[in-house]
Amino acid sequence: MTELSKSGAALGEPTSGSAAPTSFLEVRDLKVHFPTDDGLVKSVDGLSFKLEKGKTLGIVGESGSGKSVTSLGIMGLHTAGQYGKRKAQISGEIWLDGTELLSADPDHVRKLRGREMAMIFQDPLSALHPYYTIGQQIVEAYRIHHDVSKKAAKKRAVEMLDRVGIPQPDKRIDSYPHEFSGGMRQRAMIAMSLVNNPELLIADEPTTALDVTVQAQILDLIRDLQTEFGSAVIIITHDLGVVAELADDILVMYGGRCIERGPAEKVFYEPRHPYTWGLLGSMPRLDREQQERLIPVKGSPPSLINIPSGCAFNPRCPYADVPKDNVTRTVRPELTEVGSHHWAACHMTQEQRERIWTEEIAPKL
Amino acid sequence: MLAYLIRRLFAAAVMLVVIVMVVFGIFFLVPKWAGVDIASSFVGKQADPAAVEAVRQKLGLSDPIYSQVWEFFKGIFAGRTYSGGGDVTHCAAPCFGYSFRSEQAVWPVLTDRFPVTLGLALGAAVLWLVFGVSAGVLSALKRGTIWDRGAMVVALAGVSLPIYFTGLLSLAIFAFGLHWLDAQYVPLDQSFGGWFGGMILPWITLAFLYAAMYARITRATMLEILGEDYIRTARAKGLKEQVVIGKHAMRSTMTPILTMLGMDLGALIGGAILTESTFNLPGLGRAVLDAIKNQDLPIILGVTLITSLAVLLANLVVDILYAVIDPRVRLT
Amino acid sequence: MSEDKAVTIPARSEGATTLTKDAAPGETLLKVTGLQKHFPIKKGLFQRQVGAVHAVDGLDFEVKSGETLGVVGESGCGKSTMGRLITRLLEPTAGKVEFEGKDITHLGVGGMRPLRRDVQMIFQDPYSSLNPRHTIGTIISAPFKLQGVTPPGGIRAEVQRLLSVVGLNPEHYNRYPHEFSGGQRQRIGIARALALNPKLVVADEPVSALDVSIQAQVVNLLDDLQQELGLTYVIIAHDLSVVRHVSDRIAVMYLGKIVELADRESLYRAPMHPYTKALMSAVPIPDPRRKNTKSDRILLKGDVPSPISPPSGCRFHTRCWKATEICKTTEPALIELKPGQQVACHHPENFEDQAPQDTVLLTVAKEAAELVADEVLAESAETSAAVAAEVAEVAAEVTVAEEAAESSESPKGESQESTDK
Repeated sequence: MTELSKSGAALGEPTSGSAAPTSFLEVRDLKVHFPTDDGLVKSVDGLSFKLEKGKTLGIVGESGSGKSVTSLGIMGLHTAGQYGKRKAQISGEIWLDGTELLSADPDHVRKLRGREMAMIFQDPLSALHPYYTIGQQIVEAYRIHHDVSKKAAKKRAVEMLDRVGIPQPDKRIDSYPHEFSGGMRQRAMIAMSLVNNPELLIADEPTTALDVTVQAQILDLIRDLQTEFGSAVIIITHDLGVVAELADDILVMYGGRCIERGPAEKVFYEPRHPYTWGLLGSMPRLDREQQERLIPVKGSPPSLINIPSGCAFNPRCPYADVPKDNVTRTVRPELTEVGSHHWAACHMTQEQRERIWTEEIAPKL
Repeated sequence: MLAYLIRRLFAAAVMLVVIVMVVFGIFFLVPKWAGVDIASSFVGKQADPAAVEAVRQKLGLSDPIYSQVWEFFKGIFAGRTYSGGGDVTHCAAPCFGYSFRSEQAVWPVLTDRFPVTLGLALGAAVLWLVFGVSAGVLSALKRGTIWDRGAMVVALAGVSLPIYFTGLLSLAIFAFGLHWLDAQYVPLDQSFGGWFGGMILPWITLAFLYAAMYARITRATMLEILGEDYIRTARAKGLKEQVVIGKHAMRSTMTPILTMLGMDLGALIGGAILTESTFNLPGLGRAVLDAIKNQDLPIILGVTLITSLAVLLANLVVDILYAVIDPRVRLT
Repeated sequence: MSEDKAVTIPARSEGATTLTKDAAPGETLLKVTGLQKHFPIKKGLFQRQVGAVHAVDGLDFEVKSGETLGVVGESGCGKSTMGRLITRLLEPTAGKVEFEGKDITHLGVGGMRPLRRDVQMIFQDPYSSLNPRHTIGTIISAPFKLQGVTPPGGIRAEVQRLLSVVGLNPEHYNRYPHEFSGGQRQRIGIARALALNPKLVVADEPVSALDVSIQAQVVNLLDDLQQELGLTYVIIAHDLSVVRHVSDRIAVMYLGKIVELADRESLYRAPMHPYTKALMSAVPIPDPRRKNTKSDRILLKGDVPSPISPPSGCRFHTRCWKATEICKTTEPALIELKPGQQVACHHPENFEDQAPQDTVLLTVAKEAAELVADEVLAESAETSAAVAAEVAEVAAEVTVAEEAAESSESPKGESQESTDK
């Protein structure tokens, strides 16, 4: 945590400095754009953050906010599934343990995938190959990066399955994904991604496809494994409950950019962006007295082809007219420090936001 | 698995019986309703009534339909003797009928012709699988580029140009124009080289049509598979692109191709009529074409049965292979 | 367009669709008794039926006019099948569905037609439930055409009124579904469901495909519509927080059965069925300060058993930390233990034990208890003789720690001691 946000450059202003950073993972001014028939889709449009080993960053946002594309960009999978002429355009810098990934040799990055950085996907049924057994898939993942016999790799796979809590791992290893339940599949997926002891684990909506009791099991597992392996974890989700359970830091994305970032407690208890307020207000909560009425965000998320000018959130923001001179519609707000290690991108002054939060929003939540 | 096989084979047998009955129905009942006398058509124009009656006797045409069908099935296992008007013809088991038009039993005709057609179909299948599938894969990987467009234009041509056009064109150029190849069919047991040389053009012509279809299907399937989550997972593991495509994507792409292959091979064994006619190959297709011209019903019936059997078996093999490839498919 | 303002309903044309007089609020609108749906499984040489998926296996409940009944449960609990049964999109295997006192269990297509006006359904996926080739005008007016009803003022005017009711721009009458966002499409689905002024709306996961901020819009819309139009809802969802927010009463389903049916407050304050308790404790709480206090979470062991061969007795006994022999042998009936709270459990939480004589935990229950925090076990012990005995035993073991090593493990597990058979 302390390392995370010492320099404003890490979160706010995009740096062009090419000095290798001291953080384990540092993303600088990442942009991922996809050319389509309708125009350029700016899925990620200038995102910067840092992450240390042993820490968990939660990236929160709605569909189309760019949170998943960010993770694919880090993994170098943003072009996956794209063939022919229209390739995704990526720019910025991604530093992983001292290596800049975007300018590195693609084959070198390939070798990092699965070994240094691994990923867990949302739907374990579709993310596992239906024609290969769980064991074959884990063994393959291990043997790409380790020159060992199939037998040794299988032993390792059984160990991993055992570690993630699959009963009778030596038997279940020969099962096919469809023979597992949803929760077991996600456990197998986790075993596969951790088989090479990666230092960075990205979990993209790891529990969205699961039932709530199974979700609790998986969240517990991820937390335990992180303590055990000490890796850096990025958890991507739309569920503020999930992120509150796991994350040390939270990054809220909207329209391809970070609009607020800070320690989890700050983002939940002193949010400084109207969109974060909207997310908090939209959510019915089991841990509170029954709310009379939810406070949704009006309108729909923006099109990533025509991101609104100025602040991307301005058409949905109830406070768009608080700052003077129509500035919310013309000038894009940059992230500014609003507290210790806490950044937000909003044109309203600190005092205005503090007042609105404490007087208008917080009492209704 | 065994129960499944038994059920499928049983279903296939029932199917064949039904097919025989339908074919009987068509060839023996329809002319009756249409007022055409089969016996006299066998004998020829202006036949004298006694001769017609003799033929009718011999073929059992005046028997009720069920006993005709029964006689037919009995003949397959026990052989059959046709007698009428003192004229006796024996047809040894397995007797699939006797063609009085060409004065030969149907079974030897089938066994003579079958290898020709089988060789044609299998050889062409190898060609179209190799070229069609690889063209489809490359096309998918290079989607939207000049390669993709070019390949798909050729594929479109392949699908839309009729066999007799491409066949005659290739004959004109390679056999008659350049004299590279012989346009003559040589049986395999006489000379392998001769057989091979004679089959090259038919293979290529037939394969061109099918390769085009397979290329299109492969491309579409591959594109779909490449968008699957598990392909992304394969990449996320750090697999080389060649392995991602060649192993993970190919295995899934093969499933629909295999299904098509089973159907197509089954149908082709029934006779690649156009190809065999264009290249003058003495296969089943030619036999049935001639039989239709001559109203030689026993031959038509025999070929129909062989075709149905081939299609049914091919489908069974495909279903079993399907279960081997895709563990989610259970044969129950 | 999709402003979240309380909707004011534009004047409804007089006598447009009312056929029968509405049930007064509080009267029973829908009554379900012994409802079952088994999907047969066929197998073997002759495709004999070898078993059945017991999707819904005996439900009894009522829906009162004007209320919202929430139905929660995990996938495979039969909640969606239940929704399709009460709207008669599926034919029940057994049981009875009564709507306004009329038995509609086995009505044919023709017999159901008048009922289709009164009972409407909203589906989960706003992307696939609207025909992409039809304009939204056509989609929303379809119910009028199917029922042969012409509202005064014409269909078009009525459709435009409905569009503004659900917060869409009436001028978008001629647009196609793909021109709308997910939240707007769900509004179109709602407008279609409301077209014939139904009495009962069954919504199957109405917001689960939507983004958080849009979910809230749709939840509020459903709320407003209920108040303005006096609708009765059955809302089926897996998200407990959403269900709590929208419902007056809540039914918790597990493997085709209702395990607890109670009014919202009782259920959330003092759940009685252990499954309800586990389900509620599993919901991640959006409060980072609670991150390190995970003590009150009850982790359930393993997965939901297969509905093809559901466990004997109480279906939850294979995963319950309170299960005793009686739970394995005798199915608990859904009975009203407290006013407004029906529970099917032998050893309920927060209430007097229903089978206090049965004091030996099953082996599986002991395994399950290992995943349950001590505080929760202590709480359970107050209401269950079996858990109390177990807790006492563990406490005793701790004091005699050393020699107990062998004797404590083996003998108890078998549990033949049960008095209740």
